[in-house]
Amino acid sequence: MAERRLIWLAGGLALAIALFLLWNLRAPMGFILSLRAEKLAALVLVGAATGVATVIFQTIAANRLLTPGIVGFDALFVFLQTALLVALGSAGFAALPTLPTFVLETLCLIGAAMALFGLLLRKGAEDIIRMILTGVILGVLLRGLASFAQRLLDPSEFAVLQQASIASFNAVPRDQLAIAALTLSAALGVAWRLAPGFDVAQLGRIKARSLGLDHDRLVLGGLALVAALVAVSTALVGPVTFLGLLAASLARAALPDSRHALLIPAAALIGATILVVGQTLFERVLGLQSALGMVVEFLGGLLFLVLVLRKPVP
Amino acid sequence: MIDIDHLTLERDGRVILDDISLRLPRGGITAIIGPNGAGKSTLLHCLAGLLAPRSGRVRVLGRDIHHIPARERARLLALLTQSPGTVPRLSVRDLVAFGRWPHHRGRPGPTDHALVAQALERFALTPLAARDVETLSGGQKQRAFVAMAYAQSTPWMLLDEPLSALDPKYIRDIMDRLRDLAPPRHGLTEAPAASRSVLLVLHDLQIAWRYADWFVCLKDGKLLAHGPRDTTVTADLLSALYDTPLRLERVSDSSVILPA
Repeated sequence: MAERRLIWLAGGLALAIALFLLWNLRAPMGFILSLRAEKLAALVLVGAATGVATVIFQTIAANRLLTPGIVGFDALFVFLQTALLVALGSAGFAALPTLPTFVLETLCLIGAAMALFGLLLRKGAEDIIRMILTGVILGVLLRGLASFAQRLLDPSEFAVLQQASIASFNAVPRDQLAIAALTLSAALGVAWRLAPGFDVAQLGRIKARSLGLDHDRLVLGGLALVAALVAVSTALVGPVTFLGLLAASLARAALPDSRHALLIPAAALIGATILVVGQTLFERVLGLQSALGMVVEFLGGLLFLVLVLRKPVP
Repeated sequence: MIDIDHLTLERDGRVILDDISLRLPRGGITAIIGPNGAGKSTLLHCLAGLLAPRSGRVRVLGRDIHHIPARERARLLALLTQSPGTVPRLSVRDLVAFGRWPHHRGRPGPTDHALVAQALERFALTPLAARDVETLSGGQKQRAFVAMAYAQSTPWMLLDEPLSALDPKYIRDIMDRLRDLAPPRHGLTEAPAASRSVLLVLHDLQIAWRYADWFVCLKDGKLLAHGPRDTTVTADLLSALYDTPLRLERVSDSSVILPA
């Protein structure tokens, strides 16, 4: 039954993709299709990576409200972008070669995120309130530092930064897409292998350890995956705080149980579907180009509030 | 056989277990009793290899518990913690199936499915197998967790206060099922290989007296006494253990523990 729902979700994504590619297709078809395909690839990669990252992060944090974004990842991204711009200046920043910069940026985000999440989970995995507060405070600190650094920038540098740090699906370089696709495929493969371990980890650290699971190793592996996935999506299009929450919550609602072997692909499919459907609506129906990121964040934020107000944190 | 040699454990500079040495033979039900904060749960976690002592060691079948790989350890000892957490939308069958994890690592085979079915049957959970664990009553839920520990197919089952917050009907139900799994043993003679050894932390002295055939009495992290029920547990020992006068009153073929 659960597997059948997964097939429905895959069918839904395929339909959304077909609509996105073929709706209002006019000459020159080949050129328009290739443009749309690039944008589609970015949407699918970011949606899938964010959904999967959030499911894994919620499992290792033992909390279904948290997302990497909520505990300060977006702030970390903006901070790193600002630091890079301040260090290199706008000319140096713009002159950086795309691929090495992307790889370096991804590695920086993985390293920083591992340090941040590792610290949060080691110090307060059992104490969710402390973990959320620490994440929020770290986020404020990083935003404050980034904001301070932004004061030092001139207006043209600031414009470059704004472009880099606000979610945008319109201009994603092709070589970045290729490396993001590779990273996502590898991460999905590893996540699939770790899925049964994530199932056991849901029972809590002590119970999981008593069942012979190397819980600490699984958490570190999970964190590396989350960091790689969020880094890829953030470096591609900028921070999306609540998309993951939307995808993970819908995936949990769509499936009858909590098996990660199904939950992970479901979150990937739903994350991708949300972005593809959203972009189709905004671009083709409403004629808007850049509102998708904001609307997804608005809906995700609303869902976050509903989840917080509806029941106690599990 | 579980051998505990001069086990000392500290947490935040405070001694929780202080130079504990004892030998637990296989088979039967062993009750770990003592006042709050005596170190009962900590001892159980040490036995399961989840806490590293400052000094001393725990040996299971002659091997240091910390030198046994985690997966193999989980095939020797099953631990049920106090108020174990559940997962939303987890069925009773899936919960019990987690007990097979040390044996299959996420790829269950026909033997695992058969043993899960057997555990469900043994704990009268078959009609509830498809139910969400969170929808069960407290007693049914606890029974499901004990069934999960049973499905782990370990020679030892370590249960930390499995009866807390249960009404007498469920207490009796769970203890009778444990008694079936771990028939009484006599002295240090080894139990038949098929039977389980159950070690459980208990606060209800009456239940402990009725079901346990071996006692471990802890107070302030120290071992006050251990051994077979009839030769170890006396009114004086219980009074000293709980710092309150208690007496043992003979009633037909059993005894009741009453305030002196």
